[in-house]
Amino acid sequence: MWVRIYAVLRKELKQLSRDKMTFGMVIMIPLVQLLLFGYAINTDARHIPVGVVNLSQSSESRALISDLEASQSIDFQQEYPNINSAQQAIVTGEVRAVLYLPSDFVSRLVQHPNYYSGQKIAPQVFTRPVGQWLVDGSDTVITSTIKALQNMPLQSVGNRTTEQAVASFAVVPFFNPEQRTVVNIVPGLVAVILTMTMILFTSTAIVREREQGNMEFLINTPIRSIELMVGKIIPYVLVGLIQVGIILGIGYWVFSVPLMGGLTSLLLAALLFIFASLTLGLVISTLAKTQLQAMQMTIFILLPSILLSGFMFPYEAMPNVAQWIAECLPATHFMRMIRAIVLRDAMLTELLKDSIWLVTFILCGLLIASLRFRKKLG
Amino acid sequence: MTQLAIEAKGLSKQFGQHIAVNQLDLSIPKGCIYGFLGPNGCGKSTSIRLLTGLLEASSGEVHILGESLKGNEENLKRRLGYMTQRFSLYDTLSVKENLQFVAAIYGFTGKRARQRIDELLALYDLTAQHKQHAGSMSGGQKQRLALACATLHSPELLFLDEPTSAVDPENRREFWERLFDLSASGTSILVSTHYMDEAERCHALAILEKGHKRADGSPQDLMAQLPASVIEVSGDALRPLKQQLTQHPSVLSAAQVGTYLRVLVKDNQAAPLEFMRQLCPQHQVAMTRPNLEDVFVVSTGGRHVG
Repeated sequence: MWVRIYAVLRKELKQLSRDKMTFGMVIMIPLVQLLLFGYAINTDARHIPVGVVNLSQSSESRALISDLEASQSIDFQQEYPNINSAQQAIVTGEVRAVLYLPSDFVSRLVQHPNYYSGQKIAPQVFTRPVGQWLVDGSDTVITSTIKALQNMPLQSVGNRTTEQAVASFAVVPFFNPEQRTVVNIVPGLVAVILTMTMILFTSTAIVREREQGNMEFLINTPIRSIELMVGKIIPYVLVGLIQVGIILGIGYWVFSVPLMGGLTSLLLAALLFIFASLTLGLVISTLAKTQLQAMQMTIFILLPSILLSGFMFPYEAMPNVAQWIAECLPATHFMRMIRAIVLRDAMLTELLKDSIWLVTFILCGLLIASLRFRKKLG
Repeated sequence: MTQLAIEAKGLSKQFGQHIAVNQLDLSIPKGCIYGFLGPNGCGKSTSIRLLTGLLEASSGEVHILGESLKGNEENLKRRLGYMTQRFSLYDTLSVKENLQFVAAIYGFTGKRARQRIDELLALYDLTAQHKQHAGSMSGGQKQRLALACATLHSPELLFLDEPTSAVDPENRREFWERLFDLSASGTSILVSTHYMDEAERCHALAILEKGHKRADGSPQDLMAQLPASVIEVSGDALRPLKQQLTQHPSVLSAAQVGTYLRVLVKDNQAAPLEFMRQLCPQHQVAMTRPNLEDVFVVSTGGRHVG
């Protein structure tokens, strides 16, 4: 039995080392994606291009504009003479939002409660907003960035020295004090990249044997299905561990993502997830008839693994149905585990629920795969 | 009973509405080379897959090497060799690595594996190419490698599914020499082919058509017992003559071979030579010995040749 498993394993490693393209992908997928996503994905919007319709043309209005620009979240790029041309600019996509400052801006400003600090003034009958934002609301990130400006203090407008307002709450961000998105992205990428490569490699590796006719010969030899599967899986476990090393290594040295947790917990969690993904790949390989089909099915798993697992959006914010679907994906559980281990120094024993779920997934996957994988044709 | 390598009774395989193999009866003695002759899609490959246990039969009973196939597939696999129609080894592995892989699958280890591999490399004339990747080899070399892999574990019964379809005539001759060597050393061989010259080399053969067995016996017997007369007609304007002859109910088929027509006349027509003289007085006619192609044409009712 071990002789045959070893024979399949050695054959698979040799084939892998000679397949330059696949071998390159093992290294390049984590490398390129990490550098790309590490720099590109940023959930706080900055430098949104906006325009202004300034009917006031006062020193106060110009001071407000420069105050807004100092926040760095928006860039005033255009001034429009009237509201119609501004709306047209939003339609064409020239700017994402327009600030409309009416001609009575100054009189609105001095009546506004935010203009004064400290001393309480009598409530004004005609307190109105000082201006209006017209926003391209199709992108909710941009809308919420502009909305954050809604209650902006106006005391500083016109360079008047004021006392600082006291915040209602003090916020202490644990584990990521500088609020860098990349700290959350890098561990998450481990899950996404492993989902992609592990499922794809195993499913195509077995389907390829069938497509190229190797299976017809193998079926007529004394090799057992389980020997063939185990021999095919083990090389990719190594590949998966190499990828985990690449991603976390670059994360640590290039993006200064801390590695808080213990290596044993990390290794065990990674192995659990790699095996879960590999068994999923095996199940796919028993369903797909061609490599193309295997690839399509991999994408079918991959997309929800990226979008629902908590990699992009917080898991808790999703509706219940989406959470149930996410619970079925191994990536969701691993996403929780690796973030907990890498960022919050959690131990595997504290992540028992997710670990047990992954183990169950592996066992069920192996059962389904070996039931479906028959040494018969047709 | 145990003198039979393959015994099949009423073997059938149905794919949906299509019956690929229909009530096939076979009894193939040990030590002989048995051929399946038939056009593409006649059920040759399906029959072989049924006999190796690769496909499950819809009905019928098979005994391989004296054992019932059903339930014994895995045990029998150690005693069977199978060479697929398509090259089914690994293109990116070298000749030696392919052999090493197959050796390990059959449980050969260490010295025993090395000895057997060196033996096969020498026997199949692959020693010089042992480092070459299988994907870059010629058709003949691939064929020899495939045969080496299929016979590595010295099977008692070897199945070959159209082994020479991608090989030139010289390599084909060479290949058949190997098969006779194997046969002489006691291996029973079942080979499928659509080449007449190959079929003629078999000790015995079955002619298959649309899943039915149309004839069975040694090539010599089949030719001797041909239920038709073979008459060669030579002369001018053979194409129109052929059209005219094939209309006649007593003429089974007429096929042009070079400068003459080869005409098969049914046995129920008395004095076939006289009959032909009357049919085509402008031409020379002569009786000739039947060949395997004539057997094939008669047993398939002239539906495929002529």
